[in-house]
Amino acid sequence: MAHFEKAKSLNEWLDQRLAINTLNRVLAKEYWIPKDINFLWAMGMVLAITFGILLVSGIFLLMYYQPNVDLAFDSVNFTIMQEVGYGWLWRHVHAVAASVVFLIIYIHMFTGIYYGSYKKGRELIWISGMLLFVAFSAEAFSGYMLPWGQMSYWAGMVITNLFSMGSLELNGIVEWIRGDYVPAQAFLDRFFMLHVLLIPVAILALIGVHFGALRLPHVNNQNGEEIDFAVEAEKYKAGNKAASKVIAFANDFMSKDLFVVAVFLVFFFYLVFWNYGFAMDPVNFDPADGLVTPAHIYPEWYFLWSYEILRPFSKDIGLVAFAFAQVIFFLLPFLDRSPNAVPANRRGLFSIWFWAMLVDLIVLTAMGKLPPEGIYSTIGLVAALVFIALWIILPIITKLEKKL
Amino acid sequence: MKEFIILAVVTFFSLLTYWLVEPFAHSQMHAHVESEGFAYADLPALTKEGNATRGADTFMAGGCIGCHNVQALGMETGMSAKDAASAYGVNPPDLSNAGAIYDAKFLADLIKNPAHATIVEHKFNDMRMHPMPAFYGAGGDDIDQEIADIVAYMQSIAVQAEEVTPTMAFENACGRCHAVRYTNWTQLGEMPNFKYKKDDLRFQADVLDYQDAVKAYMGKLPPDLSMYIRSRNEHFISTFIENPQSQLHGTAMPRTGVTAHSAEKVIEYMRMAGDPLVEERNETGKNVMIYMIFFVLFAYLWKRQIWKDLH
Ligand code: HEC
Ligand code: HEC
Ligand code: HEM
Repeated sequence: MAHFEKAKSLNEWLDQRLAINTLNRVLAKEYWIPKDINFLWAMGMVLAITFGILLVSGIFLLMYYQPNVDLAFDSVNFTIMQEVGYGWLWRHVHAVAASVVFLIIYIHMFTGIYYGSYKKGRELIWISGMLLFVAFSAEAFSGYMLPWGQMSYWAGMVITNLFSMGSLELNGIVEWIRGDYVPAQAFLDRFFMLHVLLIPVAILALIGVHFGALRLPHVNNQNGEEIDFAVEAEKYKAGNKAASKVIAFANDFMSKDLFVVAVFLVFFFYLVFWNYGFAMDPVNFDPADGLVTPAHIYPEWYFLWSYEILRPFSKDIGLVAFAFAQVIFFLLPFLDRSPNAVPANRRGLFSIWFWAMLVDLIVLTAMGKLPPEGIYSTIGLVAALVFIALWIILPIITKLEKKL
Repeated sequence: MKEFIILAVVTFFSLLTYWLVEPFAHSQMHAHVESEGFAYADLPALTKEGNATRGADTFMAGGCIGCHNVQALGMETGMSAKDAASAYGVNPPDLSNAGAIYDAKFLADLIKNPAHATIVEHKFNDMRMHPMPAFYGAGGDDIDQEIADIVAYMQSIAVQAEEVTPTMAFENACGRCHAVRYTNWTQLGEMPNFKYKKDDLRFQADVLDYQDAVKAYMGKLPPDLSMYIRSRNEHFISTFIENPQSQLHGTAMPRTGVTAHSAEKVIEYMRMAGDPLVEERNETGKNVMIYMIFFVLFAYLWKRQIWKDLH
């Protein structure tokens, strides 16, 4: 057995056993962050907080939710929304957070793309981030099934149908996923399990990996400047904080993050109390009915762009395009052949690529919701083709980029 | 400064996306129907001044009470709601307060030609008659005068128009067809609290029988309206009550002919059922906002203090 001195304080006692002082140094006091960053670098913390909000509000909802096709709708819309004190608050918080988290994820992703923060040692940050995106998508989709409203049912029907792989007609897989011929009790049960257990656990693990992947490369900065962290840290520790190019994670970086989080929460609670419609689709307040197809079936806003890549094509081509859209962002660090990890505005053609991609995704998002008729389906088709084309030319234009 | 430019760019693209997928997309998906203010302009104007005293006799002679209860006056048909539904397809509503709930012009047209006033002529013809017969006169020489008298009489026995409550409006105008489980409303009335399970089951069996009759009459069971205040917006419900055909062409639901005031009460009832905690939401929201403003303030001060040494 190891030798332990009698500790003189609680801190020392814990340090002997958990090395808390070392942890505190490595993960907080001497975890160096570049000083030259803007509020976009707080989006990661905003995401972590929003995930926390989802977790806590979800636990409260779980206390009254009934995963049963006959009871689910009323347990949410009556028991939780009306009978349980402040149940409506937890539901609105949960629903709005689930929607807003995607807005922040998209901002966080485009920040990474703009500043080239997926390159030069940061590839794993990007890939773990994309895994988080996939996990959050699965979490959002499974959660959307739970109130067992019309959109739950029909979105569940449409999305699980994709697994028949078009003309391959692998209906056995679809039935296996649903546990039935149509979405029913077995379907609700398994999505309930995924939503409250398996996916949240995966997300927690992925957040751990994501944070871990950040520690050695450190986060990027506004100018893509390569920083000698050892030298700058010495300046900081010598008390020359103003001249140093780095700040400590705690409390320097944290204090700014907290401020940004606070401003975000004002916006968030405004949505929770007065503008929640975008996050709680009216159609889902009609109970699930397998005999009545809603006039318009569309996913939540954050899936619209990939839905629109599926929709304008024939069944099989659409599926291939859809699959392409799902995985292609993972490959960004490898498709970008440029040696420059600097902001997009200094990268010539890539700067155009960046804004074109952003606008194209917004166009796809809008067309994904509109009925696929007339001019809208044409615009949707063009935007989907542009999306694919942008990814094909990415390696070429980045290869041509001169080293700065 | 740079941070504000970035914030402006982020805000711009977020709001643009929001506008596209919410207001714009919805304006493209749903036809916009303008309210006509419950004027019922398609119905002929009233030309005769009604006389309530004369109307009392015409009302009796007209046979209304053969089908309708008028509980305020102690008149009962003696038929249970369930039996009435199997006879007529739906239980004819109690007329005690009809004079206050329905528009006078609508009532006059309804008495003359029920399918016309309720815009369900596409469902009825000579082979299939509307269950409420048209009134052909009670022996006088001016049918319009007789109808005006009946309407005046119904208004005289009803509560004042402004005394119509949400429950009264809903139960009279909608409750014979639509259940609302979140307020315990069934088409047979409020669901009682039974002491014995078998009374409960008996009641529920009666409700099911009633619903079968309505289903046969309407072609489909009118939906439970518990959550409609959130699944449809208020504008939709209001214009739908005014004229169901405007948004669901060919629907079996009749125009109910309620006054603007009663329509408001109906919507209030639906809010009670599906979204009753609006007050609490606003109140809590205000308090949370006040707290958050202080939070922002303190977070800012803390940041300033820490970054004092860093600049
Ligand atoms: C043969 C039975 C019968 C007679 C007689 C009858 N009604 Fe009706 N009445 C009905 C039925 C059935 C309904 C419900 C129809 C429906 O909802 O489709 C109804 C509905 C009504 C309504 C509600 C309409 C609405 O918009 O919701 C009023 C008001 C009314 N009747 C008034 C009268 C008056 C006044 C008379 C006498 C002149 C009369 N009824 C005679 C069967 C009758
Ligand atoms: C005589 C029966 C009857 C009465 C009275 C009636 N309804 Fe209906 N209602 C129906 C039927 C039948 C449907 C289904 C219509 C369809 O799907 O075509 C319906 C559907 C509806 C819908 C759903 C429309 C949609 O978008 O699917 C609403 C909302 C509604 N009714 C509200 C009301 C209100 C409010 C009242 C009272 C002012 C009322 N109804 C009175 C029979 C009735
Ligand atoms: C949804 C849960 C997520 C959480 C909780 C999270 C959290 C964080 C945090 C705390 C940081 C450090 C601070 C910052 O730069 O913002 C960070 C950085 C980063 N994240 Fe995420 N993230 C998530 C999802 C994603 C996704 C979906 C991507 C993109 C695929 C991504 C890519 C990155 C990148 C590239 C960085 C490094 C930024 C830099 O070096 O400047 N993250 N993340």
